[in-house]
Amino acid sequence: MTIMQSFSELMHQRQQRETVKRSRPVETETDVSKLEVSNLNFFYGEKQALFDVSMTVPERSVTAFIGPSGCGKSTFLRTLNRMNDIIEGTRLTGKVTLEGQDIYADDVDVVALRKRVGMVFQKSTPFPKSIFENVAYGPKIAGQRNQKELQGIVEQSLKRAALWEEVKDRMQDSALALSGGQQQRLCIARALATNPDVLLMDEPASALDPASTARIEDLIFELKQNYTIVIVTHNMQQAARISDWTAFFFQGYLIEKDRTQKLFTTPKKKQTEDYITGRFG
Amino acid sequence: MSVAQTSPSILVKQPNSLTRRFSWTRAREQVIRLALFLCGALSLLTTAGIIVVLFNEAIYSFSGTAFFQTVSITDFLFDTVWAPQHPDKPRFGILPLLCGTFVIAGLGGVIGLPIGLASAIYLSEYAKPKMRRIVKPTLEILAGIPTVVYGYFALVFVTPYVLRPIFQTCLGINVDIFNALSAGIVVGVMIIPTVCSLSEDALRAVPRGLREAGYALGSTKYDVSLKVVVPAALSGILASFLLAIARAIGETMAVTIAAGQQPRLTLNPFRGMETMTAYIVNISLGDTEAGSMEYKSLYAVALSLFVITLSMNVLAQWVLKRFREVYE
Amino acid sequence: MSVSGNLREPALAKRHRIGQLFEWLCCGSTWFGMVVLALLLLSIGWKAMAWPTPDADAVDRAAATKTDAKVAASLSPRPLSARFLTSYDSRIPQKAGIKAALWGSLWLLVFVAITTVPVGVGAAVYLEEYSNEGRWKRIIQVNLSNLAGVPSIVYGILGLTVFVRMFGLFGHDGKVLDLNLGFAMLSLPLPFERSVISGALTLSLLVLPTVIVSAQEALRAVPSSIRNASYALGATQWQTIRHQVLPAAMPGIMTGVILSLSRAMGETAPLIMIGALTYLAKCPGKIDGVAAVWEHPTRLLEAPFDVFTSLPIQIFNWVSRAQPEYDHLAAAGIMVLLVVLMVMNTAAILIRNRFQRRTQW
Repeated sequence: MTIMQSFSELMHQRQQRETVKRSRPVETETDVSKLEVSNLNFFYGEKQALFDVSMTVPERSVTAFIGPSGCGKSTFLRTLNRMNDIIEGTRLTGKVTLEGQDIYADDVDVVALRKRVGMVFQKSTPFPKSIFENVAYGPKIAGQRNQKELQGIVEQSLKRAALWEEVKDRMQDSALALSGGQQQRLCIARALATNPDVLLMDEPASALDPASTARIEDLIFELKQNYTIVIVTHNMQQAARISDWTAFFFQGYLIEKDRTQKLFTTPKKKQTEDYITGRFG
Repeated sequence: MSVAQTSPSILVKQPNSLTRRFSWTRAREQVIRLALFLCGALSLLTTAGIIVVLFNEAIYSFSGTAFFQTVSITDFLFDTVWAPQHPDKPRFGILPLLCGTFVIAGLGGVIGLPIGLASAIYLSEYAKPKMRRIVKPTLEILAGIPTVVYGYFALVFVTPYVLRPIFQTCLGINVDIFNALSAGIVVGVMIIPTVCSLSEDALRAVPRGLREAGYALGSTKYDVSLKVVVPAALSGILASFLLAIARAIGETMAVTIAAGQQPRLTLNPFRGMETMTAYIVNISLGDTEAGSMEYKSLYAVALSLFVITLSMNVLAQWVLKRFREVYE
Repeated sequence: MSVSGNLREPALAKRHRIGQLFEWLCCGSTWFGMVVLALLLLSIGWKAMAWPTPDADAVDRAAATKTDAKVAASLSPRPLSARFLTSYDSRIPQKAGIKAALWGSLWLLVFVAITTVPVGVGAAVYLEEYSNEGRWKRIIQVNLSNLAGVPSIVYGILGLTVFVRMFGLFGHDGKVLDLNLGFAMLSLPLPFERSVISGALTLSLLVLPTVIVSAQEALRAVPSSIRNASYALGATQWQTIRHQVLPAAMPGIMTGVILSLSRAMGETAPLIMIGALTYLAKCPGKIDGVAAVWEHPTRLLEAPFDVFTSLPIQIFNWVSRAQPEYDHLAAAGIMVLLVVLMVMNTAAILIRNRFQRRTQW
């Protein structure tokens, strides 16, 4: 069985799963673009990390970024909620718009942006506090003081992150006591609690065991009904399993972006084909 | 790439503006940032305060006359008598005070620097972890003992029970009850923790590869420690010496208690001496009127002390920076 | 047999002997500090436990004044005793104690903590978290390391000029500002004169550099992933610091603060400079216990502006008196001071150890 065939197989399995999962007849995926990036160049000091990247991220879909390490996919992800602002000496040209608003315009409030574009990191980063406090943190700093409301938000977020059943009896325990997979789902719940439209995920399952990874993948599948999800992954099978769109990055360039099925079965560019067939990377 | 033409409008959220608007949160952010900056700037204000205060009373007064507007700087630096209280003809030659300061700091250095460095070598090269666990806290305790306690120890224990039996009874040398040697000894003990911990940091920063290279060439542990590791860490060790000596020069209570109050231009460590710091303390113990010459001499001495210790600190930092061996 | 093949070279034996000697020398040096520490504690403890043996003259004098049983009972049998802690300084060594000094030190400690903790932590947060102003950060950092090397007596002169005399701006006799706080009147003397507040502010300036540097280290130990996670949730910089960074760094900061406070506790020279060395038989604000505060709560407002003495000052005071009995009193005072410092340092170490165990992100 060739690699291409194996991907076809994967796609087939996925479609089956999709039909099972979608009990509701609503077709969630739309062609409305949520994020539009045009001619983005990014620099760490003198070193250019991204070259002239343009793409659109459709609403209510999962877009995966793949590519060898150091190809700029994480850097690109972080430009979408301006997390790179925190790193000193970085510079950016080009334009990123969220629903038509330029997020790098002078009058943009970064805090407001990050409330709408949430992020989950590779290494789970629970705050050294209770489970409840972790999830309630976002709404709290946004000014939500009503304890009842907070409890509602926390419960709903944990339910959406498929963690509620496991932690509902120990909300006051330290978040550090959870297992790695649970911690990562807690971080997702925490991000959902601020009610974002877009969720960025930077290799959210790379540090987890296969069972936990599967749970996270299922979760992503669920979440795309309501959220626009952008995920960086170094695992091509994962991208094939969960994403609707896939973008391949190489050495700071966006080589190719297409429907996942198309990209993995009939890539247009030679580099993409080399990468997904394992000839390098 | 497909662009949106149709969209099920019920699913599309109304776009929220990202534009920055006035909010109390933002205003508070700015106020807090300013407040924190002011906290940081307070240290600059402290330095400025020290310089202005010393300058105003010693060099050029904005109200009245400063010390150096009355006493010429050559008299101050080269006159050999310090007698500010003399009723008819006060003399302000700082040499005796400088002499006391440097004799005691020198004695302290002779005792404290080698012992501190040797302990640092032992802790970094020879000692087992268990030994380190005992020694490090002990040194921390030693560093935490107030200097007034060291002064008491010198006056009440070192002079009568160590120095006098050895030098006066056995060797027939007269030892004053207040003497520079006892002060020098306790100052030496006081700087051991400084030298030891700073030098040890420098020694431990030397990479293992260098040590292994030394052993591979057939060196003994002694060769490696003294001829490989110590030279490699020399800048850190030198800096620790400079900082320790600066501390010995600025040391106040131990020398005030143990070395006495006679400004004396001598190198005899068995006599009493007065250091710059001890002079400042002794003047402020008496009822000196603000504005008198004696009062202003306080600032002149403090200025000299400040200049000396500051230049040693700056020198230490320069040595660290200039001669730092960068590993890895 | 070739020389190079011999693994028991005689020349090597000599080198090993030198090496052995060197190791002993270093080991001896290391023990030197411990021996001195032991000697110091033993000699002072020994002095604190007994009065000097009275010489013949003193015995005669005692006989001549016909000390009756009542007076004898009121004298301490040892310099370090329970009544040493509860009595004021006295002209009679056997009746003297360190009550005023203990209360003075307590007041200093409270005010130094109140001023240094917010300012020191604030400065550290500015330097570590808002460091994009590279030039300011560098200037302040260099300035801090220089300030840390300034002799404490120079801070004393600064305190004397700025707090005690306020540059003589308020004339020879000074002024008193009466502020109505609604519930009580606060008499604010200007300048501050030789008061608790002058001493505390001077000591605060003295320990601030150490507090800032240790707080910076504690902040640096907080992993940046925590900060990123908070920013990604739409937190502002201050919210991130206030809710995530500071709580995580707090144990480390507290350790540094307590160690700095214990340094302030032992400082003598700057307080002598601002004129704290006087014979004093009262506590600041006449507060000598909880009862006094309960009965006269307004004294709490008077205490900061009252004259004071502190433990090391009282010790120095006794050291500089001629009678041998005072040497023993000083020893007793030192024992109390060392116990207080030991308690503070132990607290700092306990906090540090607990922190190290708990912190596994």
